[in-house]
Amino acid sequence: MSILVNRATRVICQGFTGSQGTLHSEQALAYGTQLVGGVTPGKGGTYHLGLPVFDSVRMAVEETNPNATVIYVPAAYCKDSILEAIDAGIELIVCITEGIPTLDMLEVKARIGISGARLIGPNCPGVITPGECKIGIMPGDIHLPGKVGVVSRSGTLTYEAVKQTTDKGYGQTTCVGIGGDPIPGTHFVDVLGLFQQDDATEAVVMVGEIGGTAEEEAAEFIKSEVRKPVVAYIAGVTAPPGKRMGHAGAIIAGGKGTAHEKFTALEAAGVRTVKSLADIGEALAEVTGWE
Amino acid sequence: MNLHEYQAKRLFADYGLPVSVGYAVDTPDEAVAAAERIGGTAWVCKVQVHAGGRGHAGGVQLVDSTDEVRSFAERWLGTRLVTVQTDADGQPVNQIYIEARTGIERELYLGAVIDRSSSRIVVMASKDGGVEIEKVAEETPEKIFRVAIDPFVGAQSFQGRDMAFQLGMEGNQVSQFTNVFNNLMNLFIKLDCSLVEINPLVITDAGDVHCLDAKINVDGNALYRQDGLRSMRDISQEDAREVQADAFGLNYVALDGDIGCMVNGAGLAMGTMDLVKLHGGNPANFLDVGGGASQEAVAEAFKIILSDINVRAVLINIFGGIVSCATIAEGIIAAIEEIGVGVPVVVRFEGNSADRGSDRLAASGLNLIAASSLVDAAEKAISAAGGSA
Repeated sequence: MSILVNRATRVICQGFTGSQGTLHSEQALAYGTQLVGGVTPGKGGTYHLGLPVFDSVRMAVEETNPNATVIYVPAAYCKDSILEAIDAGIELIVCITEGIPTLDMLEVKARIGISGARLIGPNCPGVITPGECKIGIMPGDIHLPGKVGVVSRSGTLTYEAVKQTTDKGYGQTTCVGIGGDPIPGTHFVDVLGLFQQDDATEAVVMVGEIGGTAEEEAAEFIKSEVRKPVVAYIAGVTAPPGKRMGHAGAIIAGGKGTAHEKFTALEAAGVRTVKSLADIGEALAEVTGWE
Repeated sequence: MNLHEYQAKRLFADYGLPVSVGYAVDTPDEAVAAAERIGGTAWVCKVQVHAGGRGHAGGVQLVDSTDEVRSFAERWLGTRLVTVQTDADGQPVNQIYIEARTGIERELYLGAVIDRSSSRIVVMASKDGGVEIEKVAEETPEKIFRVAIDPFVGAQSFQGRDMAFQLGMEGNQVSQFTNVFNNLMNLFIKLDCSLVEINPLVITDAGDVHCLDAKINVDGNALYRQDGLRSMRDISQEDAREVQADAFGLNYVALDGDIGCMVNGAGLAMGTMDLVKLHGGNPANFLDVGGGASQEAVAEAFKIILSDINVRAVLINIFGGIVSCATIAEGIIAAIEEIGVGVPVVVRFEGNSADRGSDRLAASGLNLIAASSLVDAAEKAISAAGGSA
């Protein structure tokens, strides 16, 4: 079992013939993802990487019956692309692109809320169920099919966490990068809820960072809803207040959203927190009793 | 991106928000000329810097003669203003703003931000405007009135009216405030703002609603579609190294330690800084070279890190995802050969082709210290910088 994606997931790619779309579609195909086609307006009727290209998502849906789409189009066009995917009725929309204007995301988020679709990202590495389906830009070979659910706001930091669970031999059910933007399509609580209901997920690793209150909200949710061991790491203890640290979301404003506040909230919810990102695997061993 | 008060007030005027007549100037002569053009005998002089707390620092002054205008301009132009919101060096004062003085009956607060939790623009207002608003928000949050804007239908007049009555307004003030509310939201959305603040919004002694200050932050991701705003960027108000890094697609923030950090990915960069600190060292900076970490990016990153004279060792932490560590190793070697690096460099590779990358570094003959793990990297960097790990 897993969450969000598995070997039956049929994926299309928006921005399929661009450089990013091409590179990562090749990797996804090599990993065994069931990529069934792509969309590039004006290139409909052609083939790319041996797969059909369509002019619109609606046309791609009619011909290929996908249940997920991955978006690599430039930031200026992402709002349009996400709304197009929602309109075409695709259940799972994964947007990798970073740099989308925040006001665009407010509109997208409101539309997602009433559509029943799920958006992962933007500004994220994507979603992977090891050995079954890879949607996004994460390196496939650090993953291992297994029993840990991983959810993270960061890219390369996620890979560190994943690698540690792989090195320990625990492996992952599914890894979800929810992205570092201030307005993400999916929050920690959404993914934690899915992991709680997934029988194969025996423990969860959560990687947060400074800024916003998503980790505090996750702590509340874990306290009342999650009955599985959770290990959490929060990046940004050394970040000075008021400074932006790369991710649009990682900014501390007015003393709110500090790493200290997040650690405290998570510890109060019974989460095993680690102050060093090198300790994630070890902490997982401790809370689960796994070898 | 931050705007200066004078820029924000011009935009306020464009969007029908009531502001005073004023001029931004950069010489004492112009300052006097501006005061004369405004007329009257009462003005306000304000230094234009990207920082709050100007009043407490002496950067805002009520003046009653053109002599006082001149001496304010002579006192501040070409100097730096240090406030509670700046670092110890302060911000350069290149311009001052001369404005007609407004008689104040009472001071209110009005602001709008993007609220992450509700995914809405939230407008906030309070009867207690002025310099203590952050204290009000912290100690008596019930004194801040809030309203959320629906992304589908936008701001509605009833929301502005309701807020006006909560603020104790009466008569014409209610419709004046409702206009301010609607125009402010129109500006917020049309200009892709991330924050707009009027502190204080005042009731004048004539009983009118008036914007005495104006603060606008624009969403950097939206600048591509804000032609009129891009030219308003004032890089003199930004850290020179951060500006240089930005020009090369790097993300750099200066800190006050001695271990320069070069990492791919923002989260991992923060995590690496935290790890250095946890093991007793002090990071000199945050630097994200991007997922690809090209040779050009690495060379530029070295230059920026080493321009900080406090740096005594550099820690490179790369998790090769799609990009191979062997490729990044070539970039590091070429960059070091190109610019010459006089301090010890500790490299930790993980992920894609990490071993090949490390072998390549070892064979280069350069003085590079290989690290076998995250903790090993932090400890070696700290000890190379002269500290004890």
